[in-house]
Amino acid sequence: MTAAVLALTAVGLALVFGVMRVVNVAHGEFFMLGAVAAWFVTTWIPGPPAVGFIAALVLCPLLVASVAALADTLVLKRLNYDPDATIVATIGLLYILQQAALSLYGPDARPVEAPFTLRVQFPWFGYSGYKLAVIAAAAVILAGVWLLLARTRIGLVMRATQIDRETARAFGINVDRVYAGVFALGAGLAAVAAVLIVPIQQAHYLMGHDPLLLSFIVVIIGGLGSLRGTLVAALLIGLSDGVISVFFSPTLAKILATLFVALVLVFRPQGLMGRRTA
Amino acid sequence: MSVAAKVWALHLGVLAALLAAQAVLPAYHAGNLARIMVLAVYAMGFNIAFGYTGLLSLGHALFFGAGLYGMGMLVALAGWGAGAALVAGIAAGGTMALAVGLLALRTAGVSFMIVTLMFAQAGYLTILYYTPYTRGEEGIVIDRAARVLLGFDLSQDAIRYFAAFALFAAALLVKLALVRSPFGRVMVAMRENEERSRMLGYDPFRIKLAALVLSGLYAGAAGAAYGLLFGYVGASFASIQYSILPLLYVLLGGAGTVLGPFLGAALMFYLIDLASGVTTAHLLVVGVALLVLVLFAPKGILGALRDRGLKWLP
Repeated sequence: MTAAVLALTAVGLALVFGVMRVVNVAHGEFFMLGAVAAWFVTTWIPGPPAVGFIAALVLCPLLVASVAALADTLVLKRLNYDPDATIVATIGLLYILQQAALSLYGPDARPVEAPFTLRVQFPWFGYSGYKLAVIAAAAVILAGVWLLLARTRIGLVMRATQIDRETARAFGINVDRVYAGVFALGAGLAAVAAVLIVPIQQAHYLMGHDPLLLSFIVVIIGGLGSLRGTLVAALLIGLSDGVISVFFSPTLAKILATLFVALVLVFRPQGLMGRRTA
Repeated sequence: MSVAAKVWALHLGVLAALLAAQAVLPAYHAGNLARIMVLAVYAMGFNIAFGYTGLLSLGHALFFGAGLYGMGMLVALAGWGAGAALVAGIAAGGTMALAVGLLALRTAGVSFMIVTLMFAQAGYLTILYYTPYTRGEEGIVIDRAARVLLGFDLSQDAIRYFAAFALFAAALLVKLALVRSPFGRVMVAMRENEERSRMLGYDPFRIKLAALVLSGLYAGAAGAAYGLLFGYVGASFASIQYSILPLLYVLLGGAGTVLGPFLGAALMFYLIDLASGVTTAHLLVVGVALLVLVLFAPKGILGALRDRGLKWLP
């Protein structure tokens, strides 16, 4: 469950870093924005919760993606994707989005109703049907992203841009549009993850911090820019997160996790699964 | 005037103006200025790493927090005197920078930023984890009785101002001497072209480590002084926001300039102060300021001045 949502968020981050070489510190805020937008959409749309939820699932990622595309065109493009400058800019973006959510949405955590409350009852334990549906949905979306990257022209263009921006441009690829698209796609994935999780975890303006940290961990352990590594790492971390917090206090678990990430970056910069590039 | 004379005249002039300001300014602004000077010392430390050596750390709050807590815990729990605790706080900042540097300097660029960010986050969480000793979010209030340094009561406004001024002046002059020294030139060489300086026989790792430790000493001094002067030690000072603030100050004032951090700290402090009179959204101010700076004025105010004629500005 955590693993599925985490994987979606982390793949978004990995995609942005992989193709654009941009470390998006505001990624967690796109996640938060998705959740908050989901609350607005489900509150405004009348009728059974399922209708509002499906509307949110479609609208929120689109909204967040357009915010991201706008941010890319207005800010990141003008910085020429310089790594230092973009990291500072995304920190600025983080503050702006957080403040916007705080001012427009307020400091409260608000719940969104799940579209259905089916309980899958096994003889020995029960399991929330919604959580299973989230896992299935996340798997479908991830498969979709993978197909998009590996099998379509869009994916081909993205990979070409990733490998050599200048040559791609020489072949008539509109690199600016690819970058805006990738940034939007990455943010959209975070928003989808947020909409999926919001019936379980309430929407709150500070909720972006933990997924950001976890996504960083996942992306770094999986190897920066390696999508397959990211997926495997997301599953591992998502599963182990629960296990670790059983044995340690959550704070200690976070301390260990952050130190672990730092040390992985220091001693194995290619990630635990990434291959070393000469 | 020769370049050296101009440089000394400018910096000593700024110091003299600050010294005189205490008598002229109303108490509220004098209090603000004391705070700004301490924060400027922190930003100067950040500038040594970022502006001169080109090390963009996102984890300087760890060094600031080390100074703050190194001093605060010794005073509050072990009953140390203010002077000894201040020295211990400075040492804590430097030691922490040495430890982080030994590991983090094996990486560069984006990885360096993330590693320092992660270490700082781990440090912040550690403070929260040991809440029984550190009092976590709530923080430690340092007794008035403990805030006496060399017989001066630091909780009194005028003395606090002069203590902050003394620290600031010392930090400024040391930094001025540093960046005009051969070592300062080598630091800039690291920023400009690491490979070439390596070819010329310098060891980039050792130079960057030395710069980072210096930077940590500054941050530790600022942290320890902040706790002593304002009597409060809290976990929020070790949070990510306090890693971002010096970056903001330095970017605004001008990275790689001696007076830039002070100018940036003063402007930003009053910008947030004014903004919070109008709206509660002061995070927005920080965010917008970061974006505007990085987009339109990546060199900051003094950096832009230096490009437009004042070439001698150190």
